Amino acid sequence: MGLTRDHALELLHQMVRIRRLEEKAAELYSAGKIRGFLHLYIGEEAVAVGAMSALRPDEAVVATYREHGHALVRGLSATAVLAEMYGKVSGCSRGRGGSMHFFCPEARFYGGNAIVGGGFPLAVGLALADKMQGRRRVTACFFGDGATDEGEFCESMNLAALWKLPVLFLCENNQYSMGTALARHAADVELTHRPMAFGIPAEKVDGMDVVAVERAVRYEAESVREQGTPRFLEMVTYRYRAHSMYDAELYRDKAEVAEWKERDPIALFVARATEAELIEDADVDAIEQEVAAEVARAVEEAEAAEWETLEDLTRNVVAREVP
Amino acid sequence: MSTASYREAVRAAMRKALRDDPRVFLMGEDVGRYGGAFAVSKGLLEELGPDRIRDTPLSESGFVGAGIGAALGGMRPIVEVMTVNFSLLCLDQIVNNAATLRHMSGGQVNVPVLIRMATGAGKQVAAQHSHSFENWYASVPGLKVLAAGTVQDAYDMVLAGLEDPDPVVLFETMVLYNMEGELDEEASSLDVWHARVRREGSDVSLITYGSSLPKTLKAAELLAIDGIVAEVLDLRSLRPLDTEAIVRTVSKTHRAVIVDETYRSGSLAAEVCARIGENAFYELDAPVERVCTVEVPIPYPKHLEDAALPQPERIAEAAKRTLQRGG
Amino acid sequence: MMGEFVMPSLGADMTSGTLVEWRKRPGDRVARGDILADVETEKGIIEVEVFESGVVERLLVEPGTKVPVGTPLAVLGEEAGGAEAEAGAVTEAVTEAVTEAVTVTEAAAVTEAEAVTGAEAFESAYAGARGPATGVRQTPSARRLAREAGIDASRLEGTGVHGTVTREDVARAAAPRAPAKAAPAAGERPRISPLARRRAAELGIDPSTVTPASPDGVVHARDVEQAARARPAPQAAEPPGAAMRRAIAAAMARSKREIPHYYLSTTVDLGPAIAWLEEENAKRSVTERLIPGVLFLKAVALAAREVPEINAHWAGESAPPLERVHVGVAINLRQGGLIAPTIHDADRLPLAGLMAAFKDLVKRTRAGAIRSSEMSDATITVTSLGDRGVETVFPIIVPPQVAIVGFGKIVERPWSVDGTIVSRPVVTATLGGDHRVTDGHRGGLYLAAVERLLGEPEKL
Repeated sequence: MGLTRDHALELLHQMVRIRRLEEKAAELYSAGKIRGFLHLYIGEEAVAVGAMSALRPDEAVVATYREHGHALVRGLSATAVLAEMYGKVSGCSRGRGGSMHFFCPEARFYGGNAIVGGGFPLAVGLALADKMQGRRRVTACFFGDGATDEGEFCESMNLAALWKLPVLFLCENNQYSMGTALARHAADVELTHRPMAFGIPAEKVDGMDVVAVERAVRYEAESVREQGTPRFLEMVTYRYRAHSMYDAELYRDKAEVAEWKERDPIALFVARATEAELIEDADVDAIEQEVAAEVARAVEEAEAAEWETLEDLTRNVVAREVP
Repeated sequence: MSTASYREAVRAAMRKALRDDPRVFLMGEDVGRYGGAFAVSKGLLEELGPDRIRDTPLSESGFVGAGIGAALGGMRPIVEVMTVNFSLLCLDQIVNNAATLRHMSGGQVNVPVLIRMATGAGKQVAAQHSHSFENWYASVPGLKVLAAGTVQDAYDMVLAGLEDPDPVVLFETMVLYNMEGELDEEASSLDVWHARVRREGSDVSLITYGSSLPKTLKAAELLAIDGIVAEVLDLRSLRPLDTEAIVRTVSKTHRAVIVDETYRSGSLAAEVCARIGENAFYELDAPVERVCTVEVPIPYPKHLEDAALPQPERIAEAAKRTLQRGG
Repeated sequence: MMGEFVMPSLGADMTSGTLVEWRKRPGDRVARGDILADVETEKGIIEVEVFESGVVERLLVEPGTKVPVGTPLAVLGEEAGGAEAEAGAVTEAVTEAVTEAVTVTEAAAVTEAEAVTGAEAFESAYAGARGPATGVRQTPSARRLAREAGIDASRLEGTGVHGTVTREDVARAAAPRAPAKAAPAAGERPRISPLARRRAAELGIDPSTVTPASPDGVVHARDVEQAARARPAPQAAEPPGAAMRRAIAAAMARSKREIPHYYLSTTVDLGPAIAWLEEENAKRSVTERLIPGVLFLKAVALAAREVPEINAHWAGESAPPLERVHVGVAINLRQGGLIAPTIHDADRLPLAGLMAAFKDLVKRTRAGAIRSSEMSDATITVTSLGDRGVETVFPIIVPPQVAIVGFGKIVERPWSVDGTIVSRPVVTATLGGDHRVTDGHRGGLYLAAVERLLGEPEKL
């Protein structure tokens, strides 16, 4: 697999973190502890884990409303993330954003954007700032297949290509734009054709294979850094759970879900890494235990955390109040 | 102290900011080689180069959003949206991103972007190019909204907008670009956030901003002929609104006419009216009057366009009504 | 014992769900993530997962049942600790689980009961705000009119759609009751600017009395200021006598509104009385002299004992006669207005005592030194405009009294005595009576008694 044991353990650890934390989030949602929308990433873990492994810490990340995994791998603590879902003041956005709006400028994590397509121009602007300030680094822009239908996708592709900006467009194609299947929302289901129209090189990778994702993103990111121009990578993946927390899933067959679960990114990786003798069963158990403890602690801390006081209701609307 | 046009004042301020601060850059449709749709940025490309003066494609959402992203990335962008009419194509970026990011991130990020746009009717360019939607932006928490009604303010507001850590929407009046006035770059002040009395008076308060300020000052002159001494208050900042100044002038004259080129329903004038009702009810000696744009998509023919917009005569009549002096 | 499996919250807008199907039976093992049931929500049928592993011990809700979020659906138990588990322990666990289940069911029942109570409380709170618990609907306009007219609209028969009480229904109900309370038309309210109201309050001026100068008919601040400047007295709280005028207005308006007056009148020959007075006064010092008015007071008081229903206070439904006779005397004030303070037990006072009491009362009234009992105790009132030169006065009863007697000026008139026309001093006495209490017959008897008493002054 071309991996070290340590790195293999790290990839597995991160994928398990995402899954277990989100499973707990689903449970907490069912119990009414978490409200609003809750978009779970379960099934897509290999995408965030593989991609983030290939990015440098100073490179900006713009994500979507299904961003729990990206935030965790980017370095936000399970507690900060869970407390944000609770709406507690210790959350990564002081509880003001909730599940869809995680922010952490120290980790250069710029949301948590819940208007589909709204993050594209932000990524272009972040890359523009880097370019104008002479910094050679990537801005990674995550988005789903549904977002490629938004006008801002074309506008931003064009701008990035026109101005030669170091944006890496990372398309998480999970086959559904909410409940609308790719073939029902895209005239041309080959999503890589769209960036090509702007002269942007586009590739495609198996998004259920964390190693493949990491390798592809590493290559793409390095190309962006070197050439200073945008690139596009489609990562084909699948979400197992409903669009947001629960839905009746009238739009897809159970057989289809079951089929994709056969290629579960965690199971797949465990099997291959075990076969390659990088890890063994005891490692998996240890990781599960460690993660279970981390999640339990996060729940405990989020439960215990403070609510923001009503006096602070209008805090942080503007940076400077007009006297 | 010198005389300059409103256009030159905006340009001079941008030039100063661009020279003084390497983080500042200007982008927008035709701001470079064309020199700006209203020739505001004429000459800047030649002086500062294409990296700092960036022509954009016709992608309002894309380049306004890019301005927001660049602000997140440490820049101080000036984004010119040609007119408020086209800003409706980037309303999402302004309202959903610029205005919310600070709050949604719990105060972790600021969006110091200056978004300039021309507003208003009066050039016979018909309905799609004649809107005034200052009120829409003024209703959004997280934004700050300025409207320049004088040459000096056109200069000061560009600099103040760039200096501010929050997203600022600056409305420039399309029909005022040629207006000449005094400009004192040395005496420039960043305090553009408070209303200013443009003409002292005692009988009635005419409250206005931006595009309607010159018309309102003219109305005050018409009233003076009839012996009515009107006070003219220029709001300048539409968000936040200077409620204290509004209350102060109403408490002085006990009568108010609000002049506003947005449509009457849900207009900025409506908001000012409400604040008077809330804060100065017992100062009122007559019902508050509003002079807004007649609720019709702005027609192309001049006589109809003129009739749709606030005009000095209409303003003076409204003022007289508050004084029971006919009208 | 692990606990219960409850109806989960499957969305922020979900308040209840219908259990469609159980996927597991009691005794089945479940693992975290297994689908335990299908639940129908607004969005459709959703597979509901279990977040713990264990054994389904008991199902608490039948398929087809709709329950609120949080309602226990099933009881889950821990897995038996392997094949070697003691049968006794298992039985015990099951028993415990069953007990627990019963408790849970009871808890659910209680929750439901509480929910109902909560709903009722909400209903009644709602009803309290909107109308009666019986759910009588009222249009907003009707509700407002009812409030203004002091009518309980919930008691009205609604003629609107679905029995809604309309504005017309309220107006109809209000009309016979209190026409004066009907809401004035908008135009009747004086139009006064907010600033003018404020200035009027500051300057102590009633803005509704200010004449507007501008053609819009609105009282503006400058009108109020003008009125303040024109006012002679320096910054008094209100014009002199205004409060008294208001009091008179209120009492008289109430009297005329509530009391159906009837009037009886008779002309009384005062010849014997005047002659007797002259004779009496000749014996008295100047300060002790009697005036005819004192004879009137005494006659009114004594006659009230003869026709007791005249001497009463209206008590809402009837006017039981009062034992003691306290006569109210209308006294004009020099600054205008009048009040009618009381001479207590006027029927028992000798004329000299009555005269002294009367003089004292007039003096104190004009000095503003009336005791409160003197303002409220009168059981019948006498008013005499005699010195103002009118012959007949039609007096208005002072509530809650039920009668008043008015005396006109004493005039010389031709009078027939034993078939001969002679000149006699006469006075016209008029009884104002409350028709709810007495009618013309009893009133007539009373007035006749007054006439008879005045004819025998020596007996007074």
